[in-house]
Amino acid sequence: MALSTAFYNTFFKRNSVYVTSIFAGAFAFGIGFDVAVSNVWDNWNRGKQWKDIRHKYQEADSE
Amino acid sequence: MLQRLPAAALSKAGAFSASRAVSPRVIRLSSARFASSSAASANVLQSLVYSRATLVSATLLATGSIAWYTHLYGTLPFIGEVHASSPAEVGLHPAAYPWSHKGWLDSYDHASIRRGYLVYKEVCAACHSLDRIAWRNLVGVSHTADEVKVLAEEVEYTDGPNDEGEMFQRPGKLSDYLPRPYANDEAARASNQGSLPPDLSLIVKARHGGADYLFSLLTGYVDPPAGVEIREGMNYNPYFPGGAIAMPRLLFDGVVEYDDGTPATTSQMAKDVSTFLSWAAEPEHDERKKIGIKAVILFSTLTALSLYVKRFKWSVIKNRKIVYNPPVDKTH
Ligand code: HEC
Repeated sequence: MALSTAFYNTFFKRNSVYVTSIFAGAFAFGIGFDVAVSNVWDNWNRGKQWKDIRHKYQEADSE
Repeated sequence: MLQRLPAAALSKAGAFSASRAVSPRVIRLSSARFASSSAASANVLQSLVYSRATLVSATLLATGSIAWYTHLYGTLPFIGEVHASSPAEVGLHPAAYPWSHKGWLDSYDHASIRRGYLVYKEVCAACHSLDRIAWRNLVGVSHTADEVKVLAEEVEYTDGPNDEGEMFQRPGKLSDYLPRPYANDEAARASNQGSLPPDLSLIVKARHGGADYLFSLLTGYVDPPAGVEIREGMNYNPYFPGGAIAMPRLLFDGVVEYDDGTPATTSQMAKDVSTFLSWAAEPEHDERKKIGIKAVILFSTLTALSLYVKRFKWSVIKNRKIVYNPPVDKTH
């Protein structure tokens, strides 16, 4: 019970904290989810995307 | 379409509706037969099955699906047909090839797009325009910005008017669209035995089979079979509807030289140019699939959550027990 009480007291007791943590949570989740999906995507498509082959042509440019 | 139904079908339909008139007898008979099993539910089922609404909706469903099928395929289902033509005349069906971007999670193979651009530029661009692609679209997809600037500058564009009211020539910029091989469609027809080489920007979306068709078409040139006459200037390709196409076979081993050292075989070039044109038709493809993954994850989580919340909220109602206490007779 202590844990849930602590949880209640930190997040739900004050509406200001409650609303702020929802907004901050949505923001953090948005970024985290995006990063996670991008990682899976990049892993799955390793070697196929432009960013995987770009270095071959940029080096040739700077020469 | 309806007049092609045999007359017997119509008279059968009449007989069917006549038998509807005596249906009460049928109901009684069959309810008697099923009386031994749970009679109540059988009755509900039967009144559902024999209701007018069921008849009407089943008829609508049947006519609707036949009409839809006929509209889609042009023939009635399950009725044999005799054709004077052979199926080859509408074009061979292409095989389904394992494109690198085929799966739900697969992005384009951008090295292949880059090679495909080379094939387009060196071969196809002599006849086909690619109106919807600007130089800037290649940046970050198959080429670096510097490379594309060089490519664009090789082309002269007419711009203007300048402050004297005259049009002038200038080298291409990133914002210019890829040059067209002919000034207009009539010039294109005149140079190709009267056939217009279509714009390739959306060709993958514009043909049944998409990239599979394109690959089959480009690699599918063969000698015409015995008895098939091909006019002068036309070529035989079994994948092209009608078989006779004004475009000759263009991809032969080694026609282009790839800068990444990939051997330029016919099938390699056909694959690469098909991938390139798939990208041209659907440049949003990679981003779309990525957003799709996110949407599927989020929406299935939300669906699971709402199903859980529904069960949770309803559990009280679903688990209640209603007890009826009859009033006690107080007279004795
Ligand atoms: C010599 C000029 C020429 C070149 C080069 C050329 N084509 Fe064509 N192409 C044509 C003509 C002409 C047609 C129209 C054919 C017809 O309608 O009979 C055509 C038609 C097509 C079609 C449409 C077929 C259909 O189903 O209607 C596609 C796709 C196509 N070409 C792709 C390519 C590709 C890819 C390349 C580069 C490898 C290429 N073409 C190079 C002349 C050319």
